[in-house]
Amino acid sequence: MSAIEVASLRKSYGALNAVDSISFSVAKGDVFSLLGPNGAGKTTTIEILEGLRERDGGDVKVLGLDPWKNGYEVHRSIGVIPQGFKFVDYATPREAVKYYAALFGVKADADAILRRVILEDSANVYFSKLSGGQKQKVGLALALVNDPELVFLDEPTTGLDPQARRAVWEVIRNLKSEGRSVLLTTHYLEEAEELSDTVAIMNHGRIITAGTPAEIIARHGSGERIRVRGDQKLADYLRKAIPSVPVDYHADSGEVTISVGRKEDSLFALEAIERSDLPWNDLSIARESLEDVFVKLIGGEGHGQAAVGAKHEVARAATEGA
Amino acid sequence: MAVSLRRIRADLSVFGRGYLRSRVGLFFSLIFPIILILMFGAIFSGNNSGPIPVYVQNNDASSPVFQVSGGFISALNSTKAMQITLVSPGVNITKYAIDHSASAGIVIPQGFGADFIDGNPVNVTVYGNPTSSTTGIVEGVTSAVVNSFNLHRVNGTAVLGISQQSVVSKSYKYIDYLVPGLIGFSVLTSPMFALVNISSQYKRDKVFKQLSLTPLTKTEWLLSKITWYVALTVVSFVLMSTIGVALLGANISYSLGIIPFLFLGPFLFVSLGMLVGTVSKSVESAAVVGNLVTFPMMFLSGTFFPVATMPMYLQTVAHALPLFYVIDGLNNVMLYGNYGGALIDLGVLAVLSVVVFVLAVRFFKWRED
Ligand SMILES: Nc1ncnc2c1ncn2[C@@H]1O[C@H](COP(=O)(O)OP(=O)(O)OP(=O)(O)O)[C@@H](O)[C@H]1O
Ligand SMILES: [Mg+2]
Repeated sequence: MSAIEVASLRKSYGALNAVDSISFSVAKGDVFSLLGPNGAGKTTTIEILEGLRERDGGDVKVLGLDPWKNGYEVHRSIGVIPQGFKFVDYATPREAVKYYAALFGVKADADAILRRVILEDSANVYFSKLSGGQKQKVGLALALVNDPELVFLDEPTTGLDPQARRAVWEVIRNLKSEGRSVLLTTHYLEEAEELSDTVAIMNHGRIITAGTPAEIIARHGSGERIRVRGDQKLADYLRKAIPSVPVDYHADSGEVTISVGRKEDSLFALEAIERSDLPWNDLSIARESLEDVFVKLIGGEGHGQAAVGAKHEVARAATEGA
Repeated sequence: MAVSLRRIRADLSVFGRGYLRSRVGLFFSLIFPIILILMFGAIFSGNNSGPIPVYVQNNDASSPVFQVSGGFISALNSTKAMQITLVSPGVNITKYAIDHSASAGIVIPQGFGADFIDGNPVNVTVYGNPTSSTTGIVEGVTSAVVNSFNLHRVNGTAVLGISQQSVVSKSYKYIDYLVPGLIGFSVLTSPMFALVNISSQYKRDKVFKQLSLTPLTKTEWLLSKITWYVALTVVSFVLMSTIGVALLGANISYSLGIIPFLFLGPFLFVSLGMLVGTVSKSVESAAVVGNLVTFPMMFLSGTFFPVATMPMYLQTVAHALPLFYVIDGLNNVMLYGNYGGALIDLGVLAVLSVVVFVLAVRFFKWRED
């Protein structure tokens, strides 16, 4: 049995189809990431799975149960950190954990849980006095109190410093190694690539692609990517020299990127750069990341990472026009 | 679903601690009503607390029936409303009063005793400043004593010794009303403002959503708040009544009949606050609606002034306000000893409380749809 099964799930707000007939499943013990730009429908989907919102259509099974009808049972076996988690201002993290333990009627070692999310130093600080990242960690700690089989983490690392983010990764890896399933959303694609067994990329309420990160990169990526510091002239030169290969110029970073599909294209590209007699440096060759693919798929629509894609399109249009 | 005491206790402990730590709530629930009672107690006791100094000139002191005028003066004295200073006959009383910056004087004419016994009309003259409220009191008290003398004359009772049964029979001082009134005030305001605020904020911040993912139920959450505010109300009652009695000389009686009101009051207003907060779309609109509900009740239910002193139409309005039944009930129990009346108040409150509680739980949304 899968931890989560979703078939043709729909939810609309007025004319807006926030979730537009999506289907996916999360295998037990897997980390599944739901990715997508702001407003894609991730939180809506997650909250339907948590039994917090009623769906308009489709079938949903969470741990074998319908979360809207059997919320009470489902809630005993899931842990949740909602997006933008908030708690009672004048309660400390330790009190919050103990409170949850009492509500669930479980014995929980508050200190151990706080240590797990690296919050032991602030265990006795009022929630209102915690930093944004520390507040998120309280949410994470509370999600763990009832020893859940399945954990929903809606942007658990947003606003965390790199170290804290890695601490959360560690928590997620541990959850996985303990055999728990995780549904994660994040805007950090390297994080999704790093942690997930499976990802689904959503846009406008639909899943546009899903699979393991490697599968998605193979399916939508163009292979390798060469980055080299250079100017507009270099980009123009390369476009003429190797017309079969897409070349982009990023004016803001002063970088030229070349997406190479076939191995021999890399050699042609390198040779062309050398032959150009134009100034260049800082050359690197890397496999395309999930982020590169994401940007390509989502295009330039009001999303942090996608914004790069937007400029990228504009820059290309400008050079082509010239 | 069964209500779990363990969960209520857990919620109560988090809420109670937060409440004590924030101090704002504590100020409004306990300190603010005390400030009010001291303030209003002081303002309104200024006029009629100490006896009013009055100069009395007895021109009949040397008459053979001097006991009549003497009895009249001691009757005035025994009202305790006046602090009487005798002025020798022949002094110009108006000039004397002005010189001694007193606002009132009473002159008993020569032949007062004889005329009184013979049944001839005779007047006692009260001098005073018509614009001063103390003069009014002096006139009122004097005329009450005069009436009492006349009554006793008609009945043919002996003139002497009348003084003991004088004017003020069973009357209540302002502070007597103020104690139950302000207890009612804090029964209303502290849970209402807090719950309107908390429920709308928790909704905005999705804390309720978060709690809905635990086994805690809406009923348990609400019961925990009710428990807290009942406890707070009891503390507030003890503080206010003690201050009222010890510092401001309030004359109230303590009885077990007070307890149901200290329980049902917070029960009702916690639920009402929750209802207002939960049906409002935003924290701001909740505050507006909360004020619209709270303010009329705060002033018109007998908190600061006895309802009986208000115009008739406002009295009708008062009867439509839930807080009226708390304060009326407390008055009935603490002042009048009218337990029948208190029982009716209690009945009304019980019905209101159950209805509002059920509505609050019903409309209170843990999750959205
Ligand atoms: N309660 C609601 N009422 C009306 N519209 C809503 C509601 N909740 C969500 N929406 C709309 O549904 C769409 C999807 O929102 P959702 O919160 O699921 O996006 P998301 O993918 O989680 O975005 P983000 O990355 O910014 O968190 C948005 O356009 C949003 O405005
Ligand atoms: Mg979201």
